[in-house]
Parts: sequence; structure tokens; C-alpha cells
Amino acid sequence: MFEYYLNLFITAVFIENIALAFFLGMCTFLAISKKIDTAIGLGITVIVVLTITVPINNLIYNHVLKEGALTWAGLSDTDLTFVGLISYIGIIAAVVQILEMFLDKYIPVLYNALGVFLPLITVNCAILGGSLFMVERNYFFVESVVYGFGAGTGWALAIVALAGIRERLKYADIPDGLEGLGITFITVGLMCFGFLSFGGISL
Amino acid sequence: MKPLRRLLDKIKPNFSKGGSLEKWFPLFDVFENLFYSSDKRTFGSVHIRDSSDLQKIMVVVWLSTFPAMFYGMYNIGFQALTGIEALGGAIPEGDWHTIFINLLCNYDPNNIFDCIWYGACYFIPIYLVTFIVGITWEIIFAIVRGHEINEGAFVTTVLFALCCPPDAPLWQVALGISFGLVIGKEIFGGTGKNFLNPALTGRAFLYFAYPLTWSGDSVWVALDGYTSPTLLGIGAQDGMQGIEASHSWLEAFIGSIPGSVGETSTLFILIGLLVLLYTRVASWRIILGVLAGTAFMSSIFNMIGSETNPMFNLPFYWHVVIGGYAFGLAFMAVEPVSGSHTNLGRWYYGILIGIMVVLIRVINPAFPEGMMLAILFANLFAPLIDHFIQERNIKKRKRAVF
Repeated sequence: MFEYYLNLFITAVFIENIALAFFLGMCTFLAISKKIDTAIGLGITVIVVLTITVPINNLIYNHVLKEGALTWAGLSDTDLTFVGLISYIGIIAAVVQILEMFLDKYIPVLYNALGVFLPLITVNCAILGGSLFMVERNYFFVESVVYGFGAGTGWALAIVALAGIRERLKYADIPDGLEGLGITFITVGLMCFGFLSFGGISL
Repeated sequence: MKPLRRLLDKIKPNFSKGGSLEKWFPLFDVFENLFYSSDKRTFGSVHIRDSSDLQKIMVVVWLSTFPAMFYGMYNIGFQALTGIEALGGAIPEGDWHTIFINLLCNYDPNNIFDCIWYGACYFIPIYLVTFIVGITWEIIFAIVRGHEINEGAFVTTVLFALCCPPDAPLWQVALGISFGLVIGKEIFGGTGKNFLNPALTGRAFLYFAYPLTWSGDSVWVALDGYTSPTLLGIGAQDGMQGIEASHSWLEAFIGSIPGSVGETSTLFILIGLLVLLYTRVASWRIILGVLAGTAFMSSIFNMIGSETNPMFNLPFYWHVVIGGYAFGLAFMAVEPVSGSHTNLGRWYYGILIGIMVVLIRVINPAFPEGMMLAILFANLFAPLIDHFIQERNIKKRKRAVF
């Protein structure tokens, strides 16, 4: 059993890396990867938010939205999956707001560390993508916890590595036309080469 | 030499600032540097003075690939001629290579000269294409962007040519070196500014773009219609028994096994590596790190064992001699630009490569060879490793001072 979850975790981190294999969460990935320290902060935030929202959306999907999920309320043939997308977004936004208030009141150290990133990643597609993959692959609750944590870790790993490379590229002499985002896109493309080494692993 | 110096001095003003051929200065510069060392000297008090410069280092690396290169040529010939003998001795119709081969070759696998000539007919076109295309890109970028033509391109081209399969299509070779040099290096500003190894970037690009001609079982011997998988390919199929049945460890160490041009002979690569270590171009920390990582990871897999995956049982000393391991270790992993820059970081960087190479070889059925991808993967994390080492050093200093 443990082995199964370990495989799920490793698959989510390396093989199906949500940034470098699916190219999700690109806006923040490219914009906030100039410094390693900020990248680490953002990475941790994504891990936390994904680990919380994916399981919550999993519960919502399995007990409210899925076809036949409302049997307990007497509505056995209702299929609410058409409001899935908007529910997930709403839940992510709500969770992030609540989390922000909670951290502000009870764990101010963490709140200061995560700071501006929390509201920022409400609209990050990696977060929504995590929930959508969870639905598509029909994960049950424990799986969704592991998957959320793994997907977040993979994204965090990618952005921290990118930040490291970009800090080194400060000394590079890049043609004017490619300065800034252009070279970052190429860098991300080249990073995928490295992560392709995991493609094809079937655990 | 005197007349040459006089000629160079005479035409130099044309190429210098304000001269009529100012744009072409990089070309003149590389030609002058071919015969004379640079007249630029360090001044001021903050520089370390040393007789070695980038040009010398690059030439040392270039020369140290030669043992592996010549053995590689011999081995292409040896593999193919043995193959011809195994197929019944009929001399193949072949393509344009055959015209050149027929000039001097008697198709005798026991004759060293025949083997070398056969191999040269395959390797030299590859190297020529790589060299011409690579240097052309270097010159174009040097002229347009105004940096010097760097001898690093010699090294990149020779390393790239040595990791091609012997019968690689030449237009793909040209494409690969173009990708490696331009996207992998030049757009970041040329030598010393890249974060991935340019030769490996080009090789990986071809590997994923044209898997039919750059991987598999039938590309490793320069003979049409003759299939001879690499030892790693055999290992993935039949495990240790299969490998030991086809070649002994000593054969793999000396290098008479099918594979890319320069990667087969651990022995001759080792000669090059000793030169690099003696001249301190290569970092022994990275080398030991890679070996330690490999030993650690392969022992773990040996201990776990597996019924279904025969690669689990491949011991450490076999990992080292087969595939591109030795070549990657000696010439790619130790590359000073794309690797870690701190001494402690080099250990971690090496260990990461060592662990990754075994991981990819053993548990990834899609890629029997892992060295290339392992090094590229470690390149991505080298800046990060350096960052944390620096942070640690800063913290340590602060604690010591205050």
C-alpha cells in the first residue's frame, strides 16, 4: 500500500511534472523565478494550497457533483458535473482566503513568509489543473491528498531550479531581442530535456 | 615564422578598430591565435597570473579525446568487418561510403589498418560536417555579436561527433550540432555563459527528434542490415547472462563492443581522463562523486533485486564500462561551465549524476542509456547546489565574524 502511494507521489513530482510536462502555471512560473528565495516561498505556498484544495475538491466532486453522488439527498439521478469548473475555482478562492486569514491570526511567521503569494496563486492554473487531473483520473480521497502534495512538490522543484538557472544567467550575454521572457522560455524548454529523462518510467 | 608575423602585423590595422575590415576581426583573431598566443595581458593587482588560458585548456581537452577517437575509428571498422564476416563474407553494395572504403580496405577484421580505414570513412565525414557547421555558427555569432571566436567550439564539435552512432545521417548531424551550439550556447552569449552542456544538448535533441537513427539496436554498427544491440540494450532484454554471453568485462573495458564512435573504450577514455586530471582541467571531485553515486545506487538495486527487471542485477563494475558512462564521466560531467562551480558543490553534483544514471538505466525501460540524460538533469540543479553552498558559507563566515 505504501509502495503504491510512493509511486503516485514520484510520478506526480518527476514524470508528470505539472510545470515541465504539462506547462501549467506558466505565468507565475516565468514571472516569479528571478530569485531563488522568492521562488522557494512561492513553491512552498503552491505545495500547501495544492495539498489542501485537491482533497477538498475531491470530496465535493465525489459527494455532490458526480452523477448519482446526491443519492443521500434523495436525488439519485442528478448529474452536476457541468458546474464542476466553477465550483473548483470558487472553492480554491475560498480556501485561499480562509487560509490567509487563519495564518494571519495564528501563524504570523508563515503568513509573513508566504505573504503576497497566497492571493496571487488563487488564479494559478497549476492549482486548478491539479483538481481537474484529480477528477479526470478518478482519484479517491487518500490518493488525492498524495497527488496534490506530489504535484505541488514537482512544481516547486521546477521553479526553484529555474530560479537557480536564471540567477546564473545574470552573467550571460543575451541578444537584446531575447532579453527577459524570451530567454526564459528557451531556458524552460531546455529544462524539459532534463526532465524528459523520467518520461517512459512506469512505476 | 618571421614572414608570417610580418604579414600579420601588416594586415592587422585593417581589422582593428576603424579599419576597413573591422567586422571581420574575429576571423583574423582566430587565425592569429592559431600561431601566436594572445597579446592581451592581465594588469593591475587583483589578477592571478598563470600560463594557462582558455585556449590552452580547450586544446588540452581536444587532444585528450584523440585516444578515444582513434580507437573509435578502429572499433567501427572492427565491428563492421566482423559483421561482414558473420554474414558470410559478401562485401556489401553499400552507399557512397563504399567507394572510399574500397580504395584501401581489404575487408580483413584482423588487420588493424583495414579496420581504421573502414572506420575513418565513416567517422571523418561526421566529424567534418560537425566541425564545419559548428565553426560556421561560431564565426557567424562572433562577427554579429562581436565576441571572440572561442576554441570551446573545437571541443564541443569533437565531443558531439564522438557521441554520434557510426552511420548517422549527415544532415541530422548538422542539425544536431546547430541546435547544440546555437540554442545550447550561443544565444546565452557564447563560451562560459551556457547552463547546459552544448554537445549533450544537441545529442539529446537528436535523440528525441529522430529516435530511429539515434537509438535502438541497428544503428551501432556501420553496416546495413546487420543488427547488433549495445550491451545496455542486451542487458535490458536478457540481464547479466545476456551481457556476459556476448562480451567479457575485459572486452567492454578495452572497448571492442558496439556503440557510439567514442564511447566504447573505457581504457582509451581513461588515458584522456588522466591527462585532464593531471592538467587539472577536470575536477577529481566530480569524478569521485559520480563513481560514488553509481556504486551506491547500483548496490541498492542489487540488494533489492527484481524478478521482472534484469537490469536490477547489473553490478557496479559493469555499469562503469558499458554505454556512454566513461565518455560522459571523462568529458561531459566534468565540464567546468555547466557543472557546479564550488568544490563542495562538485561532490553533490557528481553524486546526483551517479544516482540518476543508474536510476534511468535500471527503472526506465524507454531509455537504456542514462548518462546523457543524467548529466543534463544534473546541469539543471548545479546552479541551485552552488547557491545553497554559498549561503552556507556566508552564514558560517557571519557566525565566525560576529
